[in-house]
Amino acid sequence: MSDDIKVDLELDLKGLLCPLPMVKVSQNITNVPVGGIIRAVATDPGAMADIPAWAASTGNEIVSADKTGSEFVFLVKRLK
Amino acid sequence: MGEDGKKSLAMVVMSGDMDKLFGAFIIATGAAAMGMEVTMFFTFWGLRAIKKNVSTGKTLFGRMLGAMYGGDISKANPSKFSFGGMGRWMFGKMMGNHNVSKLIELRDLAVQLGVNMYGCQMSMDVMEIPQDAFIDGVKEPVGVGFFLLKAQDAEIQLFI
Repeated sequence: MSDDIKVDLELDLKGLLCPLPMVKVSQNITNVPVGGIIRAVATDPGAMADIPAWAASTGNEIVSADKTGSEFVFLVKRLK
Repeated sequence: MGEDGKKSLAMVVMSGDMDKLFGAFIIATGAAAMGMEVTMFFTFWGLRAIKKNVSTGKTLFGRMLGAMYGGDISKANPSKFSFGGMGRWMFGKMMGNHNVSKLIELRDLAVQLGVNMYGCQMSMDVMEIPQDAFIDGVKEPVGVGFFLLKAQDAEIQLFI
């Protein structure tokens, strides 16, 4: 992961199951400015499919989605 | 498309089974999170999912139904392995152990996310469940015509 990305909001989604990781991201996206980044950490493997689907549906961007150990780390960019 | 150009989902919830209600509310909250306009039309056994824990019924049969199928969404039994309430307890334990939200929490989250919930007027009349028995956030009762209008404009239609 590159170090030059500024994270505007950290979101702890650990332990949450479907549909909550996606719901929490959607509830928090307006807490960062347009162009801003949420860094979300989930433990539900289903989030790897769901959060990108949420982004595709809502017109936001997944900058990265990485599995590190048992955690799934997303950088989500608000586009509108 | 919904009213403001959003994609939309229209769902009939006829079942009062715990497992099916989980499906209904997970899909509804997920769709709302994905920016969709969501309509849930509750009918027959589904009405209890939006009821407060109050007794209902005017006539003898209505009061009997209210007594036998009363309470609120937390009384919903699974469609299999019900065992007179044991199944509900067991699934509740298992879901709690896996950190899944309670059904009532998902339902309240759906209200919070702006999911549009309607009782079916006809089944409310038959089952003698008045509008004031429903939780806050449930809109005024409608009929099948209203649902079909929502459904024909929706990208996704579901019957649960």
